[in-house]
Amino acid sequence: MPPESAATAALEVEKVSVRFGGVAALTDVSLRAEPGTVTGLIGPNGAGKTTLFNVITGLQRADKGSVFLAGTEVTRKRTHRRARLGLARTFQRLELFSTLSATDNVRVGLEATGRSSASAAVGLLERVGIGEDASSPVSSLPTGSARLVELARALSTDPKVLLLDEPCSGLDERETDTLGRLLTSLASEGRAVVLVEHDTELVMRVCDRVHVLDFGEVIASGTPDEVRTDPVVQEAYLGQSTGAPVGADPTAQP
Amino acid sequence: MSTFLAFTVLGIVSGAVYAILATGLVVTYNTTGVFNFAQGAVGAVAAFSYWQLWQAWHWPFLLAILFVVLVEAPVLAVAVEFVFFRRIHGASVERSLMVSLGLLVILLGVATIFWSNPDVVRSVPPYFTQANGTVLSVHLFGANGVTLQYQEIMIVVIAAVVSVALGLFLRRVRIGVAMRAVVDDPELVAMSGAKPYRMSQTGWAIGFMLAGLAGVLLAPIVGQTGLTADQLTLLALNGFAAAVVGRLRNLPMTFVGAIALGLITQYCVGYLPGHINAGLASVLTEVIPVAFLFVVLLVIPAARLAPAGRLSVRPVPKVVTGRQSVAGAILLVALVAVLAAMVGETALATMSQGLAFGIVGLSLVLLVGYAGQVSLCQLTFMGIGAYTMGKAFGGGSWWGLVLAVVVSGAVGAVVALPALRLRGLYLALATFAFGEVMYSAFFSNSTVIPDGTSINVGRVPLPFMHGVSDRAMLVEVAVAAALCALVVGLVRRSAFGRRLVAMSDSPAAYATVGLNSVRTKVIVFALSAAMAGLGGVFYAGQQGGIGANDVQFIGSLTLLLWVVIWGVRTVSGALLGGMTAAVLPVLQTHLPPSLADLAGLAAGIGIVLLAQSPEGILGMEWLTNRVHLPFGDTADVPRELFVDHEVASAA
Repeated sequence: MPPESAATAALEVEKVSVRFGGVAALTDVSLRAEPGTVTGLIGPNGAGKTTLFNVITGLQRADKGSVFLAGTEVTRKRTHRRARLGLARTFQRLELFSTLSATDNVRVGLEATGRSSASAAVGLLERVGIGEDASSPVSSLPTGSARLVELARALSTDPKVLLLDEPCSGLDERETDTLGRLLTSLASEGRAVVLVEHDTELVMRVCDRVHVLDFGEVIASGTPDEVRTDPVVQEAYLGQSTGAPVGADPTAQP
Repeated sequence: MSTFLAFTVLGIVSGAVYAILATGLVVTYNTTGVFNFAQGAVGAVAAFSYWQLWQAWHWPFLLAILFVVLVEAPVLAVAVEFVFFRRIHGASVERSLMVSLGLLVILLGVATIFWSNPDVVRSVPPYFTQANGTVLSVHLFGANGVTLQYQEIMIVVIAAVVSVALGLFLRRVRIGVAMRAVVDDPELVAMSGAKPYRMSQTGWAIGFMLAGLAGVLLAPIVGQTGLTADQLTLLALNGFAAAVVGRLRNLPMTFVGAIALGLITQYCVGYLPGHINAGLASVLTEVIPVAFLFVVLLVIPAARLAPAGRLSVRPVPKVVTGRQSVAGAILLVALVAVLAAMVGETALATMSQGLAFGIVGLSLVLLVGYAGQVSLCQLTFMGIGAYTMGKAFGGGSWWGLVLAVVVSGAVGAVVALPALRLRGLYLALATFAFGEVMYSAFFSNSTVIPDGTSINVGRVPLPFMHGVSDRAMLVEVAVAAALCALVVGLVRRSAFGRRLVAMSDSPAAYATVGLNSVRTKVIVFALSAAMAGLGGVFYAGQQGGIGANDVQFIGSLTLLLWVVIWGVRTVSGALLGGMTAAVLPVLQTHLPPSLADLAGLAAGIGIVLLAQSPEGILGMEWLTNRVHLPFGDTADVPRELFVDHEVASAA
């Protein structure tokens, strides 16, 4: 059973731990994502962000802890079952259907949920801003656009919870701005968006709450402002506490 | 008690040899990422070389052994690494599997060229034999005890020493540790100052030396009445089973698996109920290791869908449009109809066979080309279709054809069920095991098909005709092949076809959009097996029957390789592949008998030449820019190649 809470969260992670051999990749990590919000997840490389996404989607088994989607425990459910409960994600290291066109990548997702039309697929590609690449084979797209194809594919299942693993790497500043607005708009449709991103400036701008992971543990959680000024976070990010808020200075980005 | 001891000794000794083979397999796999299907073939070549040096050229026997194990095997390994595998480092599982299968048929082909003359008996005397022919042995445990030959003791000791020494080498010695790291990240190892290809070379050399050692040790045990290449290569199967027990990683478990397999086989054969005849007993010795492999594959934990994060950059053939499909189908039938009126008897038969193989090839396009699942037992499905046709509704009827398709499809689904938890290499091994079980226990079982004969299979009757002539038969097969080509095109353009390709490209992403790969795999396996069964109906109809020789592993393998060589994602590639597999054996009858396995040898060489062109001949850029094939099979080459340069974070 999910812990007592006023409203059921769209996604709830309860004290998840994962070990790879002798390395603790995640230790007692808990996280909630509410519908209509963007939740940020930041932390240095190797902090366990992608592992956490793998646990949530069922690609990685958790040694301990539970995962709930809209109050339903899914810890033992297989990946495709979780997807049908409204969970979708993108991958940091791209997992495209690499021999299909951008449109067909999205169509596979649409067809999985019983809807199918090439025009709906193109519509989703337009929404993420790469409508002009619709008929290109995805293997010919630059990294940034390829990530957006993954985003469109994730949206094709009309998810209630959307996990995005570094969607902005490979995008320029203007494209990043556009994506930021898109994330806010996706949340306003009632989705819970969880964002892993190294661009802390973007995270601070679009997120309602931010969790900071370091060495597999949540070291801070709160609103962007609370996290920004947290000395523990500054320590993790800069190696020392400088008093300068995280995300205010581009050099603070790892 | 003494029989029990005797079987135990036999079991441990054969298990020890399997352990040496399997250990080599595991070491190569862990240092190069390649599962060497040819491990047994290397052992066979070593055993033959040993015979050649010692028995034919009269070298001192110890020198012969040392030369084979310490010189020939590593030299061969280094050559193989350089010619075959260095160019495809980091390639997909399917790719390296194909190349190692190619190596298998090449080595078998070479062995046949040198050592196939049936007039020579290649017998190898046991080790530790006195001048008067007595095999030295020691008797233990008194009157009810057991006699141990010196060579049996030697084999077990060598196996134990090899196992322990290698374990220590890979864990304690610096180069050994580095070798284990090469598979995971060759670039990282390179940065730390080691040369990745040296590690791979060492991995191959150790693997080949152990295969050679196993071959040399086995030679006197299996070769007292004469060595044969097939027999030695199939012994490798026992090595596969043992290696899978160790999940291809764990040397002690591999050793345990090998000994367990040896014991189980001997006990099963030794304690058969008395009424079971000798024929069935010999079938059992062949079936047990394969069944063991199959069961082990079922019980090892399922692979989880880990995201691979490796986006392959490959131009893939364009999706055929409906118009192109129909045009190609009409062209095929018209062309064959014209040829049928012109050519002679042999050509008629060969073309019919080629097109029947082409239908089986099309079944591989669905399974291997689109869904990315490797099957090494496609001729088994073909045989099941043919057998059903022959046995049902009078042996040559339309109802028989329907039933043949349904039965092969159903068997395909059943094979897929256990295989579902498996991916890539393990799945290929499971299909291999299934094919071998069916061959030993069914097709070459004299109670099913009497020895050396075949089951009569009639031709599919045509309206207004009494009997189907060879000419009519050829046109009939052409129509069937054209229809199958249309079906394959339809599948690829459908939502299901997109799913197949998507599942093959990224299993992880496939699951995260809510699709169940288990269901998809069962359906595509059933569809593919049904199509192969249909091919069998025509194949057997053409030659009038089906026998054990038609459904051998090497046949499935050769056809698969030819289809991959031409282009496994293309309809034309499947038909050309089938045709090639049928034509080469006919050409071979005009060649000297020593070139016994031309089709296989050529396929092996072809797959190696094409190692870097995964889309086959039809997918090569220079060809597709000039030639337009029927069925629209031209490659769509992206100009701007995409590579993910992202430095991945560790988690």
